[in-house]
Amino acid sequence: MTDDVERALADTFAQDWGRLVATLIRLTGDWDLAEECTQDAFAAALRTWRRDGIPDVPRAWLTTTARNRAVDRIRRERVGAEKVRSLVVQTDELDLDVMDSGIADDRLRLLFTCCHPALSLSSRVELALRTLCGLTTAEVARLFAVSEATMAKRLVRTKHKIAVAGIPYQVPSAARLPERTPAVLAVLYLMFTEGYAATAGPHLVRVDLCHEAIDLARALAALVPDDPEVAGVLALMLLQHARASARTDVDGVLVPLEEQDRAAWDRAAIDAGLAQLRRAVRRERVGPYQLQALIAACHATAPTSADTDWVRIVSLYDELVAVLPSAAVQVNRAVAIGMARGPQAGLDALDGTPDHPLRHAVRADLLRRLGRADEAASAYREALTRTANQAERAYLERRLRA
Amino acid sequence: MQYLLLISADEDLAVTRMRDGAFASFDTWIADLEQRGVLRAHVGLHESATATTVRLRDGEVLLTDGPFAEGREQVGGLAVVDCTDLDEAVAIAAAHPAAAFGQVEVRPVRVS
Repeated sequence: MTDDVERALADTFAQDWGRLVATLIRLTGDWDLAEECTQDAFAAALRTWRRDGIPDVPRAWLTTTARNRAVDRIRRERVGAEKVRSLVVQTDELDLDVMDSGIADDRLRLLFTCCHPALSLSSRVELALRTLCGLTTAEVARLFAVSEATMAKRLVRTKHKIAVAGIPYQVPSAARLPERTPAVLAVLYLMFTEGYAATAGPHLVRVDLCHEAIDLARALAALVPDDPEVAGVLALMLLQHARASARTDVDGVLVPLEEQDRAAWDRAAIDAGLAQLRRAVRRERVGPYQLQALIAACHATAPTSADTDWVRIVSLYDELVAVLPSAAVQVNRAVAIGMARGPQAGLDALDGTPDHPLRHAVRADLLRRLGRADEAASAYREALTRTANQAERAYLERRLRA
Repeated sequence: MQYLLLISADEDLAVTRMRDGAFASFDTWIADLEQRGVLRAHVGLHESATATTVRLRDGEVLLTDGPFAEGREQVGGLAVVDCTDLDEAVAIAAAHPAAAFGQVEVRPVRVS
């Protein structure tokens, strides 16, 4: 029973935290209160559900509890009768149908507000991870390599700016959507990549973050169906995430792409990703997300590792590096060149790339394939100093022993 | 909500641009705000060389000839607008002719 309650709560947390906070912010207009009351509702659920059983619709139970808690808090803090009345009026209409139709909107509202261009890019990501994805302040702090106290201060500052500068809590009008969407895509993709390859911790993949990012990208694609980069991001996430279960072995050690069991890839997700990608490229406005999705599609559709069309992948990377010359893209381009034209060509391409956490691991792999074992070993050791993810570390250590 | 728009630019550039017709678009900008009833205050300033900076230190009034911040970019005008949210204030700021060659800082006004 206890385990059932904890499991149900963990599931609801992973799925619904962002929705709950988003709804509570709309109802109260107070970000801190919304977060605290949502937290309180989860704490109350643990006690009540153990006693009374798990409710039919956990999210509805939590929304009602969090809302009641907010009403109590506002009353107690004597913020004013008026605010309480408007909260009660708004929540009276909160039956399940209304909730379900409004909830996607609430989450998008929260997402667009977190991604407002008046906030710095790092503030946007930090706030989205904390508020929308429910990461703890400590987890967000670790991602940005700062102390928990520093991150707490940064989050307070961001929320303060939203409140004081009057950043609206809304999905922008259709006219403003095109200029506002790229910032949202950047945050969604960062959210996904953190889920796809967690910066630290025991697991390579944080499935909850990946699902949340994919879910939000779907909601965004429904809102702006004409933007090929939105469909591109969704396609990219689906294609990458389709490989999730094959990316680590039974011991939780990372398995590189060429050694993955392709039968374990999620075919339905790949098909969904390919369908999104076809929709996107039909519009003939190819951007960086579509290019990355096209690369992911090359891998997803190759029946075996040996069948991979590396020549096409290199040419896609050439296009990508022209529009997105990031360190990660340049390093991955060198990987592709190493596969298409041999390890020495890969090593030459890697020489000119900027520093990146993956660079040493890539270098080590290319040196290993060239038979330069001593240099490879020292590159693997260097790579080990650059990742705190235990699945990646285990893989690198295994290589070092081999 | 009220926002202060702090309009600044390279002063030499501003003189040239105003002479070359930015005045007309400035009039349009003001007229639009007045018609919408969002303009609470607006002042244009003489060039920064005419400024006097005042400090009180140890009971003594100290004057400096010139603006408090040195540099080519100087404040040339101030406006206070009443808007529903930051998006509206940003749209107003972006429509100011100086936004095209200088910048407009948008600051929420503190309500006591």
